Amino acid sequence: MTGVEGGAGRVAGGGPLLLGVRHHGPGSARAVRAALEAARPRIVLIEGPPEADSLIPLAAEEDMRPPVALLAHAVDEPGRSAFWPLAEFSPEWVAIRWALRHEVPARFIDLPATHTLAWGRDGRDEPVGEETDGTPDAGSGGADGHASAPLSPSAPSPAPPPASEADVRVDPLAVLADAAGYDDPERWWEDVVEHRGTGERDAFAPFVVLEEAMGALREVYGTGGHERDLVREAYMRLQVRAAQREFGDAVAVVCGAWHVPALREKTTVAADRALVKGLPKVKADMTWVPWTNRRLARVSGYGAGIDSPGWYGHLFSAPDRPVERWMTKVAGLLRDEDRIVSSAHVIEAVRLAETLAVMRGRPLPGLGETTDAVRAVMCEGSDVPLALVHDRLVVGDVLGEVPQAAPAVPLQRDLDRIQRRLRLRPEALERELELDLRKETDAGRSTLLHRLRLLGVAWGEAVASWGSTGTFRETWRLRWEPELSVRIAEAGVWGTTVLGAATAKAEADAVSAQGLAEVTALAERCLLAELPDALPVVMRVLADRAALDADVGHLAQALPALVRSLRYGDVRGTDTGALAEVAAGLAERIFVGLPPACVGLDADAAEEMRRHVDAVQGAVALLAEAPPAGDPAADRPDPDLRGRWHSVLRLLSVRDTVSGILRGRAVRLLLDEGELAQDEAARLMGLVLSPGTPPAEGAAWIEGFVGGGSGGGMLLVHDERLLGLVDAWLTGVPAEAFTDVLPLLRRTFSAYEPGVRRTLGELVRRGPGERASATAAGSAPPGFAPDLDMERADAVVPVVRLLLGLDGGSRGHVENTDDDTDDDRDDKNLAGVA
Amino acid sequence: MSVSVEPTTVEAAEAVVEEPAEALRPHAEDAFAGELAALAAQDDRPRPARWKLSPWAVATYLLGGTLPDGTVITPKYVGPRRIVEVAVTTLATDRALLLLGVPGTAKTWVSEHLAAAVSGDSTLLVQGTAGTPEEAIRYGWNYAQLLAHGPSRDALVPSPVMRAMAEGMTARVEELTRIPADVQDTLITILSEKTLPIPELGQEVQAVRGFNLIATANDRDRGVNDLSSALRRRFNTVVLPLPESADAEVDIVSRRVDQIGRSLDLPSVPDGVDEIRRVVTVFRELRDGVTADGRTKLKSPSGTLSTAEAISVVTNGLALAAHFGDGVLRAGDVAAGILGAVVRDPAADRVIWQEYLETVVRERDGWTDFYRACREVSA
Repeated sequence: MTGVEGGAGRVAGGGPLLLGVRHHGPGSARAVRAALEAARPRIVLIEGPPEADSLIPLAAEEDMRPPVALLAHAVDEPGRSAFWPLAEFSPEWVAIRWALRHEVPARFIDLPATHTLAWGRDGRDEPVGEETDGTPDAGSGGADGHASAPLSPSAPSPAPPPASEADVRVDPLAVLADAAGYDDPERWWEDVVEHRGTGERDAFAPFVVLEEAMGALREVYGTGGHERDLVREAYMRLQVRAAQREFGDAVAVVCGAWHVPALREKTTVAADRALVKGLPKVKADMTWVPWTNRRLARVSGYGAGIDSPGWYGHLFSAPDRPVERWMTKVAGLLRDEDRIVSSAHVIEAVRLAETLAVMRGRPLPGLGETTDAVRAVMCEGSDVPLALVHDRLVVGDVLGEVPQAAPAVPLQRDLDRIQRRLRLRPEALERELELDLRKETDAGRSTLLHRLRLLGVAWGEAVASWGSTGTFRETWRLRWEPELSVRIAEAGVWGTTVLGAATAKAEADAVSAQGLAEVTALAERCLLAELPDALPVVMRVLADRAALDADVGHLAQALPALVRSLRYGDVRGTDTGALAEVAAGLAERIFVGLPPACVGLDADAAEEMRRHVDAVQGAVALLAEAPPAGDPAADRPDPDLRGRWHSVLRLLSVRDTVSGILRGRAVRLLLDEGELAQDEAARLMGLVLSPGTPPAEGAAWIEGFVGGGSGGGMLLVHDERLLGLVDAWLTGVPAEAFTDVLPLLRRTFSAYEPGVRRTLGELVRRGPGERASATAAGSAPPGFAPDLDMERADAVVPVVRLLLGLDGGSRGHVENTDDDTDDDRDDKNLAGVA
Repeated sequence: MSVSVEPTTVEAAEAVVEEPAEALRPHAEDAFAGELAALAAQDDRPRPARWKLSPWAVATYLLGGTLPDGTVITPKYVGPRRIVEVAVTTLATDRALLLLGVPGTAKTWVSEHLAAAVSGDSTLLVQGTAGTPEEAIRYGWNYAQLLAHGPSRDALVPSPVMRAMAEGMTARVEELTRIPADVQDTLITILSEKTLPIPELGQEVQAVRGFNLIATANDRDRGVNDLSSALRRRFNTVVLPLPESADAEVDIVSRRVDQIGRSLDLPSVPDGVDEIRRVVTVFRELRDGVTADGRTKLKSPSGTLSTAEAISVVTNGLALAAHFGDGVLRAGDVAAGILGAVVRDPAADRVIWQEYLETVVRERDGWTDFYRACREVSA
């Protein structure tokens, strides 16, 4: 009992030892450890959900490494969940570890999660997922989270208050800091509490002072807008009393400083009982989950978080000279990244940081001073290496671990429920599954499998066969491996439901994706997995990447996938407005960048660029078509898109510096689109095939114009003028040049269908002289004539119109010929029908 | 924030000159003698050796404020407080200070006022050029004396740096990166050993406490002499940023355009603010690589696009409007100037510019005339 005596002076009239802390405050953590050592209580009570009492011993296990979080979730509704994150430097964590080491019982005394989770249900209908976590604190600034909300009060946000309520909440730290003349509550707290070593002073002094300050605040502000605190505090008082009956006054309580005055208050048991009576309930379950520093940091949207977990961790773990040690760490990191940082730099940085602290009137250099010093001395004033320091050290890459023995994560439960609903049992035996996306259950199965794939749970593998059978059919090969359960446990870090986790994972993937194509693919997968909430982030990243990518090739590669996604979106009825907008923007950038990118290419690069041009052509044709009815007009792609694409093609077709294959291709596309008269095409061809142009260039042009399986053979068959030009050019090619152009020509013509090749051969053998009279003589091969037989062609038109659902107009003809030549013909027609 | 058209000398034109002195442009310590005296009189905090003011007072001098007796100190530098604090602290810790920034970010302005406040003298200045000789940083000889009496201290012509060392003052080096690399290196010994040997006399000049050096350099120009890492690590570096908000930049541009217009006797053109705002917006967006609403990323062209250039674009446009137009500054008057400022590299920058036109400008409300004008000159 000596310890308790030592602490007796702190509180007039005895009573439990109340240690008011700031959640995630390393100074608080150190002070708590010192106070516990001095007081040696027989039981430690901690603000937190009592359901987790049985999980406390896990904290002592070897493979339990902070940051971790206590996770509470409603059993029937895994999406309703709350987290209580704990870092190594959290006072609560220190208290737990101290209790375990000294074999003293530790208990959580906050209102049970069974009630706090139910509060959320009362407030709103929608489940409160991880996304909204911590919002109550976000509204009033993170400092509130530290001082009053931290380990539980409102941090577990099962019950986010309406925005208006959040506005009137008091941020106790801000009030105190303001009174002390600080504009930044964080800085004030650091100066007053965190940066003061406990040293030789009375271990309880900091808590007494803080309690007085908080007491004064609560006299003025009451609950400061945190109405539910009254209930929680009543419950805590009851628990403290119970512990006191058992252990006398040798009780230590670790809770947010904000609650200390309330716990000290003398109230009757009956009044407290009345407050906690009749609270709504929901069946809740708890477990430990691994956490990361990044999620502790406020930037990741966790309201009760802190800016600089890495810095706090350093302050907590550094035995002495924190600034010197920090600068050495920074220097080590920068050296690893191949920056030249000498010991002299470290010395100067420390000097600058310390002098800056004096200049700014702070007891010790804080993060602000060290950062300024690192920037000025080690980073040569640049913010780029500084960002690295922030990312790796100030926030830090630490990933927590929890022991295997921790109970299952809610994600697994959610998956079980979905599997039952969709009648999709996990089986170790491999089997194929055919899905018809028009059926609801099948669509649900497909979505689930896609989401799991995003989460890295490779239960099903998409088999390629559906590609040819249309967009509403998918084939999967299913096989459940035991290690997939581990994968699910790992994915638990992303969320508590399959939907929530997949959304969070997709967003994170988008942000960290390397290339443009990766993001586009991700967008496609988001649509397949029906993750509408992830799309905005993915789209933003996509737009940003596209804006900064200077390689037209990348852009052109990304566009078709996007357009394909648009089409899938149509089939599945997803809103694709944002997608269409991004796709149109991408197309615009390609139009601007394409002409300069087509200049001065060698044969291989030109061939690749030709494929890009073809891809863009296909994508633009689809984009320019109005999206399905029901879309607001504002989301429609620019109707003028096609027109601008044509002017790009026209530019390409006449520019001499553009390689032949691309020029030929541009002319061909314009011709197919009806944008270029046949005469004009013939003139351009004649120009290229005239003796002034090197034969290789001419051959490339022909390859671009009629090559590549684009139905060019038919064109030559039908337009004898073009065939004549090619024929005349070919016969005029000098013998030595002929061997050079031969491979190219062979490649061009060998791609034609045998029938077309034969017809062409026959036409050429007949010779130009006879061809003019061919019609009259009736010697043309069956079905072919030198000119279009308008009568026979017209006969087909009504059927074609019927098939395409067009009411007419010449545009239909042109497009149709184009589509027939397109590889995606099947999909397109299906999309039109669907 | 103070910004001027030219990196080196004109910045003081921004100054709020209290009493117009005889000189066309009085030194900072003369122009603000009153403020400095008031600060010194009421400064009761510790001063480093040979400093005229304490570091806190120096920071107040630059950032402005009101003294206990009611004296108002005008802000000399409008920008992040952090920058001034780091700069002053650097000088107080006896480290040399390197001010970096694109042209027109008030580097020289800040360095002059720092020297004036710390040492009461901003004239110990070495102007860096490609032709700056070693003598300008070390010492030269008076050859008449040298021939007549042989080498002696009397025949020695000290450089500003040498004088600053001997007297414990602040020396300034302008445009450090324009000085040839071998001449730059003479600074290394001065900054690390704080001594300047004179081998001809077998003597040396040791820096007394209070000596320090402020250098300015332009980090955007190509083809400059990059500092060796040995020299670089003797400096603490502070990068002076471009104006933080669009409004501040519009304000700077309008004010400077007005001043220049008057001095060049351009006919006055009313109501140019909208067009100025547009120019500033274009410059800022391209410079920052993101649109003003923060929603769309952009590629940045190779040019600096500093505030100073925006000023010259607008001045040009004004001249066009006054002499060849209808007297009102219109989109067409600034379009050509903008094109010239943005497209420095004919291949890459042109694509960036067109992309910007097509993806951002074309869709912006009320910018149709500007889009057309730009299309016309870009075509």
